[in-house]
This record gives sequence, C-alpha cells and structure tokens, in this order.
Amino acid sequence: MIYLDNSATTKPDSAVLNSFYQASERFFANPSSIHQLGGEAEKLLQRSKEQAAQLLQVQTDEIVFTAGGTEGNNLAIKGIALEHQKRGNHIITTQVEHPSVLEAFQGLEQLGFTVTYLPVNETGVVSIDELKQAITDDTIFISIIHVNNELGSIQPVEEIGEIASQYPKLFFHVDNVQGMGKVPLKLSDSGIDLCTISGHKLHGLKGTGLLYVKKGTTLFPLFHGGGQERSLRSGTENLAGAVSLVKALRLTKERETDGIRHMYHLQTIIREKLSMMDGVFINTPEQAAPHIMNISVPGLKPEVLIHMLGEKEIYISTKSACSSKQTDESKILAACGHGRDRSASALRISLAYDSTENDIHTFLRELEEAINRLKAVME
Amino acid sequence: MQYDHILIRYGEMALKGKNRKSFILQLQNNLRQQLQEFPNVTIKRTQGRMFVLLNGHDPEVIMDKCKNIFGIQSLSLAIKVRNEEEEIKAAALWALQNEQGARTFKVSVKRIDKNFPIRSQQMNQVLGAHLLSSTIGYTVDVHNPDMEIKVEIRKEATYITSSVIPGLGGLPVGSSGKTLLLLSGGIDSPVAGFLAMKRGVEVEAVHFHSPPFTSERAKQKVLDLAEKLTNYGNKVKVHIVPFTKVQQHIFREMPDNYAMTIMRRMMMRISERICKNESILSMTTGESLGQVASQTMESMNTINEVTNYPILRPLVAMDKDDIVKISRKIDTYDISIRPYEDCCTIFVPKSPKTRPSREKVNEFEAQTDFSGLIEEAVSGIEVVTLTGKAGAEEKFNDLF
Repeated sequence: MIYLDNSATTKPDSAVLNSFYQASERFFANPSSIHQLGGEAEKLLQRSKEQAAQLLQVQTDEIVFTAGGTEGNNLAIKGIALEHQKRGNHIITTQVEHPSVLEAFQGLEQLGFTVTYLPVNETGVVSIDELKQAITDDTIFISIIHVNNELGSIQPVEEIGEIASQYPKLFFHVDNVQGMGKVPLKLSDSGIDLCTISGHKLHGLKGTGLLYVKKGTTLFPLFHGGGQERSLRSGTENLAGAVSLVKALRLTKERETDGIRHMYHLQTIIREKLSMMDGVFINTPEQAAPHIMNISVPGLKPEVLIHMLGEKEIYISTKSACSSKQTDESKILAACGHGRDRSASALRISLAYDSTENDIHTFLRELEEAINRLKAVME
Repeated sequence: MQYDHILIRYGEMALKGKNRKSFILQLQNNLRQQLQEFPNVTIKRTQGRMFVLLNGHDPEVIMDKCKNIFGIQSLSLAIKVRNEEEEIKAAALWALQNEQGARTFKVSVKRIDKNFPIRSQQMNQVLGAHLLSSTIGYTVDVHNPDMEIKVEIRKEATYITSSVIPGLGGLPVGSSGKTLLLLSGGIDSPVAGFLAMKRGVEVEAVHFHSPPFTSERAKQKVLDLAEKLTNYGNKVKVHIVPFTKVQQHIFREMPDNYAMTIMRRMMMRISERICKNESILSMTTGESLGQVASQTMESMNTINEVTNYPILRPLVAMDKDDIVKISRKIDTYDISIRPYEDCCTIFVPKSPKTRPSREKVNEFEAQTDFSGLIEEAVSGIEVVTLTGKAGAEEKFNDLF
C-alpha cells in the first residue's frame, strides 16, 4: 500500500496508540473526582499540558485540549467574536480557508458580523497591503490559515502577527492544522493570540487536538458545563486523547527538521517528473509546504484517476477531504484564478515523514500509466 | 546569523573577597545543573564574568532558564566574530535588526586588542554609519537609546552583545548553607522558600501530612510546589511527616483554644529533629507578622520557645499583596490556591488564642506525654526528592 493522502489524515503511530491504551487503562478516572484515582488522572492531565506547552514553547496555561481542528477553529472564531462583539463587529479571513473556518465566518455573518474575505494571488497567498487596508476601527478579529490544506501555500502569518500586534483590540488566530510539523511557526511573541492544532494530521488520533490561547485572551465557550479546561471547554476531559496527542507532538517534533528536508526532497522529485508529463498542470506554488502537491489533469475526471490508482493500492485524493464529497470545483483553486477545467480536475498528493523515494517512483509510474490509459479511452 | 553565547555578569558576588572563587564555582555548577538538558552547552569563566556557549541550542529557551538562577546580576545574548571589520559590521547590523521594538540605538566599542587597526572612537562612527545606511527608520540616540550595541574587540575575538536583561540577583543557591522550609501548601511558604534561596540558601522542605483528614492531593500539591522551587535551585528534598496521631492527640487532650499553638510547637520540635538528622542549621517559615492567629508576636514567642534553631522569616515585614505578586511570578500561586484541606485547616478551633503565653502552654503540655508520638512521627517520615521536570513522575514518563 502506498498512502499519499496524509493531509486528509495520517496513520496513527503505534507508540501513540499504545500511549492511548495505557492511559485509558491505567488512568481512567475522572480528573475532577476528589478521590486518589481522580487525583492521579488530574496530575496526568496537568503533566500532559506541561509537556505540550514545552513542545510548543508556550506557557502551560495557554493550552486548551480540544477534539480536533474543527473544534479548535470554531472555538477560536466564535469564542472571540461572541466574547468581544461590543468592541466591534468586523472580522477578517481569507477566501482560501478550510470549511471549518469559512463556514464559521459565514455563520457569524448571519448573526450580524461584517466579514472581509481577503482574496489571494495566483499562488494562493494574501496580500499584506490588502490586509492592512481591510483593518478598520471596528475590526476585532483576523483568522488566517497557515498552510493551505489543498495547495500547500504558506501565508505570511509571522508578518500578519506583527501587524495585528499593533492593534490592541485585534485578536489573531492561525489555523495551523496543516502547518504543524511541516512549516515551523513560533507562537510566543509572534502576535498570534490563538492557534489550532489537530492530532490526527500528526499520526495522532481522531478527536484530539489543542487550541493555543495566549495568556489574557478571553473566549466565549462553545460548551458550557462543568468548568473543565478553565471553563473554555466543559466536558469530562479526554485524558487518554490528550496524552496521545502529546506523544504524537513529541514524535513529530523529534523528527521535524529531518522530516521536512526529506519531504522537500520527495516533493522536488514529484514536481520535476510531473512538470514533464503531458497535460498535467502543477497548482502548488514553488514556495509551499513540503508535504502537499496539488495538480490538475484537465479533461480527465479526478475520481476516475483516484479509483484507477486505488486498484494498485495507491491512495491520493481530490481536494480537501472535508469538501471532496461536493462534486463542485475547488473553491481554493478558483480563488487563485484558475479556470473551471483546472479547478474541477485537481488531485492532491500529500506526504508524511515516512513516505519513501521508492513509493514516490512507483506512484509516478502508475499515475503516468493511468493518465495514458484514460486518455486512450477518451480519444 | 544567530546568537551563539550568553554573557553573564555577577552582582554582589563580585564584591566578595577571598571567598569569591567559591561563589563563582557554585554559580557555574548551578548553571550546569539547570542546563543539563542541553547537551552541547558549555560554561566558561573568564575575568569577572561567565559565558554560556550555546553550540547550536536555541538561545531564548536557555536565556529563560538563566533568568531563574540566583547570583546573576544581568545577562546579554552575544555573538562572537573574528576581528574583521566586515564581520563586525554584519553582526552589529544583525543584532540591531533582531531587537524587536528598538528604534533608537547607540554603539559602544571597546578596543581591548590594540593591534586592531581602527581605534574605538573611529570604530563607533564606522559602525554607526554602517547601521544607519543599511536600515530604514532607525536613529542614533547616545543618551537614551532603546538598544545599546556593545562591541568588545578582544585578542581572541570580537563580542557583540545586545540589550542587558536583568537577572534575579542574590547569591548562588548552595553558597549559604541549608535551611528546612515548613511547606504547608498555602501561598506564603513557597515564597518564603524562594526568598531564602535568593540569599544562596539550599532548601529542604518539611510537610505535615494527616491522612485521611488530608488527601493525597494535598500532599501532591506540596510536592508540586517544591517542584516549582527546583527551577531556582538544583533539587528539593521534601520530608513528609505522618502527623495524624499527633494532631488527634492534641485535639483530644488539649484545650481547644490552645490546640493550634501546641500543634505549631509540635511541628517545630519535629522539624528540629529533622534539622539535626540532616545537618541543617536553620528553619524557614512563611510567617508574616499579624496575618493570622499563629502569627502574632505572642504566638511567635510561644511557638519559638521549643527550639533554639534560628527561624528565618523572609516574609515577616511583607504585605499579602506583595507576597501574592511574588507567588505569581514564581508560578506557585495557581498551585497554592488549589482547594484541598491541609493540616492547618482541618482541625481549626473556633477561637484560637491570639495571645497565648509560654506559662500556660507549658502547663497544658505537661499534662500529657507527647514524646512517644513525636518519635513515631519522626521514624515514619517519607522523603521525596524532586529534581525538576526530567525525573518527575516516572510512572507517566512512558506515556509521553
């Protein structure tokens, strides 16, 4: 099997699964119970937070464990908008966000917020000048995806952070679900107030994630209840999930430098080969994250190519998994100015640290063959 | 380019006479201990200062660690370059651009190596001109600059240092002997420990544990507090005294309004025993005058009667607000306010005596024999040694 759909999800690392199992079995008590077992569980939760904070180089009380990327994004966006709506009702994001951001903004629009959706250039990147111009006295929030989930384009979030920090009432959220472990990003002293991370993109488990909430940032919670996670997210803590997330983060951090270099190497191989293939267009810009390669083969139905490769046990995907069930064209590619023929025929190849050069050569060979076979049928 | 070492300046230690060397060695040793997790770091002493050579490690993480070490007056990140004009220019420019928020600067060159062809004054101008012409928006301000770029041209190399960041001051922990800190779990005692450490004292802690009246969590809270103190020293040994029987006996046999005073005296007696066993020469408490019933002048007088060991009370003249401020700074506040019962809150008499007398208390204590119970408590002491994050909670380690 050659699995090249790591941006949709990754295979859980066996060490992560083992941590989850161990934590579930040994520390099953509710951390809020006052007996000894509860105490142990609470201590483990605290240690998990300390470890996560250490790995991200932030403060322990800046970590909120969540159930993943969608929750993190929603908590950050709605949490800020609802908590601080008295300060202003203008919020800013981009046209190339993940649906969990885009639709949260659309939801807030229905509640009366004014939203600016920043356009992007042909490489999928927003313009700093346009962002600056969009900020008004009424702006309370900016949310920007760090690494685009379909294209791999990198937004200049460091620069945006510097701008945001000049406006005291403005909060800045970064959706770093695709960027974690792929494009290093410093959180402390960055002007970033909130940052979403998901476990299952890092060989962790579905239903795990965390939201970085900078000290002093207040949020209106999505869930009310028992006051867990400093009342930002009530509900009995998913302790084993949190432990497994920390394990996944640690493994990622340990391998990050080498892993990134390795994926860039593989990405270059793919780019060189595909740019020579007839009828194949490369959508991922030169300056992009190392793990994503988005291409279009206009005229061929992407689903068909995916199924043909699937028969060879090679797994890639069309656009984002969260929007791939809609048969429409990719909104992201459309926002970059690509025509319908190209934005409706996109394929995404996404790598992991463990992808091998051999796998990539096999995949490229099979892709070429599939394209040729399909073209022969179409003619 | 990256900062490759940290320059450390001593405070008060520099004023010491013949003992100076031992203070400096202690500081070097403490730095080594705190930076253990960074295998490539080396620490060098030179005339009047110390260098932490980063050898590729992240400067900021190590700076943060160094900021917690007593005995350091101030620190600066520094770059070492060869004695070449162009290299010095490039490094100075990098240092300026790397300083967030700085808009005005000043260059101060010290030419210690007189073989370097450009004189200090002239080099100031060369560098200033280079920085101004290579950047936009910066101006020179020689009186009150946002950032002073110090350039020291020495024989072996040139050092360029950025802004001076204040350290914690004080004396290196371990240079002033050992004390036994009475650690209750409240806000005050960890702050008292911190301040004792500031004067170079190594801290061991004693905690009185009364299961089942006080829970495992109350004990853990104290261990967590002690763990925080390891950020400022090397390790903290906690002596956990099984106190249930002593406490029950007091509250059964002694008059209600004197129970608290007598309990404190028992704690002092047991603590003195620990001091003797461990060759510790003093005790430290978080008492601040007038805060609660046990901290009136009369109470101190009565409680202090049972030991002639010096009792350090670093908080004695401090207001609660100031104590809370320090506890937030050293990150113990959030632990201290965890709502578990401790040995001082569990058997609180309705109206404790605020003006106890030595005569009365001795009269009461003479009515019953505590020596067997004290002996039993001392022999049942459990010792937990906290060494900082690395060794903590082995049962959890395999999970992460």
